[in-house]
Amino acid sequence: MSDAFAFNETYRARAETIVARYPEGRQQSAVIPLLDLAQRQAGGWLPTEALEHVASYLDMPKIRVLEVASFYSMFNLEPVGKNFVQLCRTTPCWLRGSDDLRAVAKDVTGCGLGETSDDGTFTVVEVECLGACCNAPMVQINDEYYEDLTADSFKAVLEALKRGETPKPGSQAGRAGSEPTGDRATLTGAGEGE
Amino acid sequence: MLQDKDRIFQNLYGQDDWGLEGAKRRGIWDNTKALIERGRETLVNEMKESGLRGRGGAGFPTGVKWSFMPPEDRRDGRPHYLVVNADESEPGTCKDREILRYDPHTLVEGCLVAGFAMGANAAYIYVRGEFYSEASHLQQAIDEAYEAGLIGPNACNSGWDFDVYLHRGAGAYICGEETALLESLEGKKGQPRLKPPFPAACGLYGCPTTVNNVETIAVAPTILRRGPSWFAGFGRENNTGTKIFSISGHVNNPCNVEEEMSIPLKELIEKHAGGVRGGWDNLQAVIPGGSSTPCLSKNICDNVLMDFDSLREHSTGLGTAAVIVIDKSADMVEAIARLSHFYRHESCGQCTPCREGMGWVYRVMQRMVTGDAEIEEIDMLWEVTKQIEGHTICALADGGVWPVQGLIRHFRPELERRILERKTGGAPAQAAE
Repeated sequence: MSDAFAFNETYRARAETIVARYPEGRQQSAVIPLLDLAQRQAGGWLPTEALEHVASYLDMPKIRVLEVASFYSMFNLEPVGKNFVQLCRTTPCWLRGSDDLRAVAKDVTGCGLGETSDDGTFTVVEVECLGACCNAPMVQINDEYYEDLTADSFKAVLEALKRGETPKPGSQAGRAGSEPTGDRATLTGAGEGE
Repeated sequence: MLQDKDRIFQNLYGQDDWGLEGAKRRGIWDNTKALIERGRETLVNEMKESGLRGRGGAGFPTGVKWSFMPPEDRRDGRPHYLVVNADESEPGTCKDREILRYDPHTLVEGCLVAGFAMGANAAYIYVRGEFYSEASHLQQAIDEAYEAGLIGPNACNSGWDFDVYLHRGAGAYICGEETALLESLEGKKGQPRLKPPFPAACGLYGCPTTVNNVETIAVAPTILRRGPSWFAGFGRENNTGTKIFSISGHVNNPCNVEEEMSIPLKELIEKHAGGVRGGWDNLQAVIPGGSSTPCLSKNICDNVLMDFDSLREHSTGLGTAAVIVIDKSADMVEAIARLSHFYRHESCGQCTPCREGMGWVYRVMQRMVTGDAEIEEIDMLWEVTKQIEGHTICALADGGVWPVQGLIRHFRPELERRILERKTGGAPAQAAE
């Protein structure tokens, strides 16, 4: 087995906390969370050495770990850019203009779908529903959701990332969550009277 | 309209503190011990009386489901588990996300109460991997609850030991299917198991397990605290209670809102979501309960009620109550073809009708979008969806073909128009919109 990858101290401690959530002898349950840790440590993707490390950490056959890593869409088996841009393409986002966002992504990053920019700043992919449909259209960039996007606000987000800044995640239209814009009919006094 | 005082999720919009202090102010964790002291049988019976039906899509009566877990006198030494399905991935659906990030204590308290009612000493909450900050809020809520002695050994001083564990997934719609979720939780590919055995007999790690949706578990303590008749007083018989509706697509103000079951669809959209973009008459179709539920044409939307039975009368379903609104500007065929793409992508590949069928359906649907098809292919498409439906281990394939069936049921003239127009060299269908 290669020694090229091993959890650093921080991640090893987290891995131990995670494994302790499952009954004795059931440590394989931790494979998804541990692959997630490994992917974070390795810079957004899972080199073979990382898969092997997780396999030996959990005492699993390597092929079972690869089977899991290749089944779930959040695991990347090839390198990705520093900003991993995932455009939601499913109907609720599409109805509200996700196609426009694809064009903006191409404009600002130079990346078509599945491409990584030459300087490694961006990878752009299309994904299926990310579960934020009342804030469509939306994209996920690394761990964050950017929601209620327009072509202009998405452009601003990408340009900020390009400059190395961290744009504020969440609704880009000023909403706290998925409350209706403007005067609403419900939960108008919550948190005050009760 | 439902009054604010009868809304279970008082912090749905995150306007108040979502931590323990805020949660207690809103009545969560109020004498939870007294609920547990009522005993397993009473809790299960009260849930049955409330009429609550599972909020994850299938609508199975919650109290009945809980009663499938082995009772105390038939325990065989295996642990019991509650598993909460927070793998919210059904297109259109984004309600559990709001519970996880803005009212996570409703869920943690619900885990304790529901777990006790089914004899479980542990709950695993399976959160879809993409919900990173949501999972982080939930973990903080779990930590706070441990810290305050609300869960852990002798939870809430009830004498019941109870652990709650967060488990993050990694992107797979299929893991919202309960047995695929269990496989995934055991560290495997998320491929559904054959039933029987059902999870209540043999679930997580081969132990008695009940899998419930986030909303189902999160509403339980309030129902028990305020009484089953309070909850059953909303909605219609067999369709009781309150429900979070997610309204997306072509409305002026997309939103989540907790409303009374059986609210008319039109009232829901107009009162809470600012109406259909361009006015009600600009409505083309509504997908009423998440992507799996067949669409409805406008004339049905005029009067239909948002509940299990009313929607079933129209060959569709309440599902997760995720209302996707489609106005006349949209290409209706493409809207459904995109869903076919989704199901093709999400098929786990285990069953042939789904693995092969979803790809076939998507390819035909792509041709239906441009009209590059024969009129007879519409019937063939219908027939193939009927061959797929009901012939797989889980319901993913059913959910994948139902939207296509809905399209053919309500929009056949549009499909025919595109085919004929292309044949006669008329303007391409999309440009004609």
